[in-house]
Formats: sequence, structure tokens, C-alpha cells
Amino acid sequence: MSPRLRGILFRIAQAIPVVIGVVIIGFVLTRALPGDPAVYFAGAAADAASIAEIRKTLGLDLPLPQQFLIYVGDLLRGDFGQSISTGQPVTADLANRLPASLELTLVALLLSCAIAIPLGVMAATRPGSLIDHACRVLVTAGVSLPTFFTGVVLIYLFYYLLGIAPSPLGRLDFIYIEPDRITGFYLIDSALAGDGETFLAALRQLVLPAVTLALFTLAPIARMTRAAMLGALSADFVRTARAAGLTGRTVRYTYAFRNALLPVVTTLGMVFSFTLGANVLVEKVFAWPGIGSYAVEALVVSDYAAVQGFVLAMAFLFVALNLLIDVTYTLIDPRIGFEAS
Amino acid sequence: MSVTTASPGTFSHIGYVLRGNPVTLLSFVMFAILIIAAVLGPVLVPYDPLASEAANALQPPSWAHWFGTDNLGRDVFSRVVTATRLDLMISISAVTLSLMAGSVLGAVAGYWGGWLDAVLNRVMDTIMAFPLFVLAMGIVAALGNTVENIVYATAVINTPFYARLVRAEVNIRREAGFVHAAKLAGNSDIRVLAMHIFPNALPPMMVQMSLNLGWAILNAAGLSFIGLGVRPPTAEWGIMVAEGANFIVSGEWWLAVFPGLALMFAVFTFNLMGDGLRDIVDPRQRT
Repeated sequence: MSPRLRGILFRIAQAIPVVIGVVIIGFVLTRALPGDPAVYFAGAAADAASIAEIRKTLGLDLPLPQQFLIYVGDLLRGDFGQSISTGQPVTADLANRLPASLELTLVALLLSCAIAIPLGVMAATRPGSLIDHACRVLVTAGVSLPTFFTGVVLIYLFYYLLGIAPSPLGRLDFIYIEPDRITGFYLIDSALAGDGETFLAALRQLVLPAVTLALFTLAPIARMTRAAMLGALSADFVRTARAAGLTGRTVRYTYAFRNALLPVVTTLGMVFSFTLGANVLVEKVFAWPGIGSYAVEALVVSDYAAVQGFVLAMAFLFVALNLLIDVTYTLIDPRIGFEAS
Repeated sequence: MSVTTASPGTFSHIGYVLRGNPVTLLSFVMFAILIIAAVLGPVLVPYDPLASEAANALQPPSWAHWFGTDNLGRDVFSRVVTATRLDLMISISAVTLSLMAGSVLGAVAGYWGGWLDAVLNRVMDTIMAFPLFVLAMGIVAALGNTVENIVYATAVINTPFYARLVRAEVNIRREAGFVHAAKLAGNSDIRVLAMHIFPNALPPMMVQMSLNLGWAILNAAGLSFIGLGVRPPTAEWGIMVAEGANFIVSGEWWLAVFPGLALMFAVFTFNLMGDGLRDIVDPRQRT
């Protein structure tokens, strides 16, 4: 087995305790906390007998370790329980709504990377310049922005005052028909169907929420890019490259930037976590039918299983993403191993 | 604190940093404004934040109502100022709880190490494996929808930051010379840990606390924005933005914008202050 493959396998093994921990927290949130799910599931009009019966069907009369095993078994079969408000299995609901959230998140991240990375690089290569100060202001102001508030302000500016944005209600104006579901991403589906008009309409709906999320993620990415780039530019190998007479451009981009990219990729993992949380708020502001607004709707009617399913799904998504980033790392940079940590 | 920072040079150093960095000074002034609004706000405001006056609903900002009135005719300015106390209370108590829990856990793990340390690390990793806002939602949903539970949820998601910080600070000092000296002088482990090692972690903790206060306010306001914790008609920034958002599409911007700005002001203050404190505490980490 090559050392690199062993490193990757080791990193995957490291994720296992975290996944177990996530499952335990999920179990604690559903079962061990105060509040009796049986009373809740039985409804307001239930008497003691029917509560006892429901307790039995739910398996709540069994000892906790046994309940935990049943819970894990259900999770392994992909059974997150039944949503009360939609009447569907939570897994099906989440799978249905996930593409909407992913489309929004990915477009927002692409957008903010496209702005933040060049900005950070420029700030680092010209310290003390106007663009450096602009970057610093943006970084401090950006982390202070409540996403839901940015969204509301953007709606006011672009929908009410300027009238150039469509009404902030969902992924597609009701006069358009949803594209046939292939990937669930409206942009991709409508492009595949060759339907330019729907594509544009979906894009118009997407712009404001994506910008809202992007503004939120801009700050950490720009900050990390600037810091990493500053670090790389002051490294010995850059001085050597300069001394060897390479042009400023080659030094900056081929030598410094490629080395600065690694910490930026790590930050992206963290930013993704923030974005998954902020998604919930942005989806509520723009009535975006993703898993975030699903969770909010579930919270409002105390739909327990749906909320738990959402929390667990987000955690698994995030663990998987971090794993992916770390594994990609070993492919980008051969120096990285996972031996000691 | 006194163990590490009460040298005579400290105050002149603080003065030097403040002179060199007026932004930090500004952040302290902003913080003072927040504290005044929180302590005296309910006394100072011109109107009762809960008194509705239907005849006067949805008025734009004017001399009588600086920030306008909302859909029930309540004065937005009074509500924004009054809300400061609740928002600061939630975030400060949450951060204090996580500071205490994180300090104890981190100090124990960093000092004694071993299986305790390993278990604690795994638990913290697990908490961090959740998108934190989402975990807070889950906790509030499970515990019940009250303001106290918002505080607990915010405390839980912030604890890992303190636990890790204290653990690292304690761990690098447990074999230090002054620790051995303190032990030889007959101090018990707990006393050495609490009185000699732990105070060293306080300066970086202050920085972390200030930054965390900003996150905690954002987090609490976000939770109440989606309908968790604070209930109407209580004045709270997040819920006021949520209520105002319904009127933004018809152009009544003042309902949502002023509480939103107040929220931004508070978060911005804590972030600026955190950066400033970092300069005072650790000049090397200046960015």
C-alpha cells in the first residue's frame, strides 16, 4: 500500500469517531432530553392508555441502550422517521429539497470565491494601498453582517426601490414551469432542456439570495487569502525565486499563490459550515424551498423528526465535505500526510 | 488577570496601543454606548416599547418618532433601544456559561491529559462537526422554545472554542519552571492549576470572548428571526427584523432596517474590540 493511500485511509478512519459522536448527539437530542415524545406523538386529546400504547409502538419503554441500537439501525437503513407536517418520510423530504439548497450554496460560494480570492491576493501584494484598506474594512464589516438583515435590505433596494429583481418568493416565478427534474438544479436542468427563458428566470430568482450568502462568506475567505498570501510572499522560496531573477508575475502566481491556496481550501470547509447555517436564514427571507426552510417550517409546528433529520443530515454532509477537502489536499500537496495529529 | 498583566508597563502599553489605533478607542466608546443603552435604555426611551397606538401605525421616521412606528403603532426607536438589554443579556450569559464550562473542561484536560483529554477532544470535535447554527436550532427544538434554552444552545456551540484555547494554554505550561516551583512549595494540583497556570490563559480568552459575543448576538438574533426563543411582542432585534421583513416589500423600510442596524452596530463593536484587545494582549498577532 502506498503511503499516500494509507494516509487517506487513516483520515477516513479518523472521521468514524466523529460520525459516531454525531449519531449519539442525535440520539440524545431525540430521546434523552426532558419532554416525552410519546405524549407529543399521541396528540393533545390522548389519555394515559393511548400514550402508553404509543410509547410501546415507538419502543420508548425499552432500556436506553436498546433504544440506541434501534435508532442506529434505523439510521443505517436511511430511516430518519416520518414528518408529521408533510406525512412523508423525512429522508424523502430532505432528498427532494436538497438540490435547491445546494444550488444556492454552491452558486454563492463560487461567487464569493471569485471576488474574495483576487481581492485578498491584491491586498497582500500591495500592502498599505487603497485596496488593502478596502479589504480590511470589508473583512471587519462582513463578519458583522447578519445574513437575514442583508437579505432584507437587498430586497428593499432591488425589488422595491429599483424594481429590477423579481419578487423574493422561491426558485421560479409562478408563470414559468419547473424544468424536468434531472439533477434538481434548476439552472442545470433548464440548460439541459435547452430552455433559455426558464434558465434566465431561475437565474434572476437566484441572484439576490446568492449575493446575500456570498456577502456573508466573503469576509473569511478574503481574510484567509490575504494572510496566506502575505505568509507565502515572505517565505524563503519566494525570495530565492526573486533573487533568481524571475518576473514578479511568475513569483506571485506560480510560486506564492499556489502555496497560499492550501489554507484557503481549509477555510472553505469552515465557511461551508457557516453557509449551511446561514442558509436557513436566507432561505426563510427569500422563501427558498430548500432544506433550511423545511427545517424552519418543521420548527414552527414542532415537527420533531423533521428537525432532527435536518440536523443530522447537515452534520453528515459537513463531515463528508471536510473529509473530501482533506483527501483532496493529499492530492494537491504531496507533502501532506496524516501520520501525526 | 493580576498575575499576568499588572506590571507597570501594562497601562502605558494599553495607552500606547489606543493612541496608535484610534479604531480600538472607538470600539470602547461604542461598547460604552451599548452598555448605557442596556442599563438605562428602558428608562430613557420616550415611549413604552409595548404600547400600541393603532391610529399611528406605519408612520415613517419623524421628529416625534425618530425611527418611525410599526404596524401596531409602536415606537420603533423605543423598541430598538429597549431590546439592547435582552440581546446583550442573552449573549453575555451564553458566553459566560461557555467560558466557565470551557475553562474547567479545557484546564482539566490540558493539565491531567490521558483518557480525559482524549474523550474531551472527541466530544468537542463532534460538536464542531455540526454546522453550529444548525446544532443550536436542534438543541432549542429539543429542549423547548424558550429564551433560557437559546442561552444554553448558544453556550454549547461556543464551548469548544474556549475548551481548546484553555487546553492549549494549560498544556504548554504544565511542565514549566514556575509550576514545578509552585508544586515544590506545597501547593496542591488544583491550586497550581487554578491560581498559577490558568490565569495565563485569560488574556487570549478575553479576545476570544469579545469575538464570541458578536457571534452570540448574531446567533441569538438569527434564532429568534426564525421564530425560536423570544416571542412577540417582546422587543428583540432579530424578531423585529423578522416582523419588519413582511413590510419591506411594500416599502416600509424603517421597521426592519433600524433593528438590523442596531444588531450590526453591536456585532461590529464586539469584533472591533476583539481585534483591538488582541493588539493589546498579543502585539505579535497584529494583522
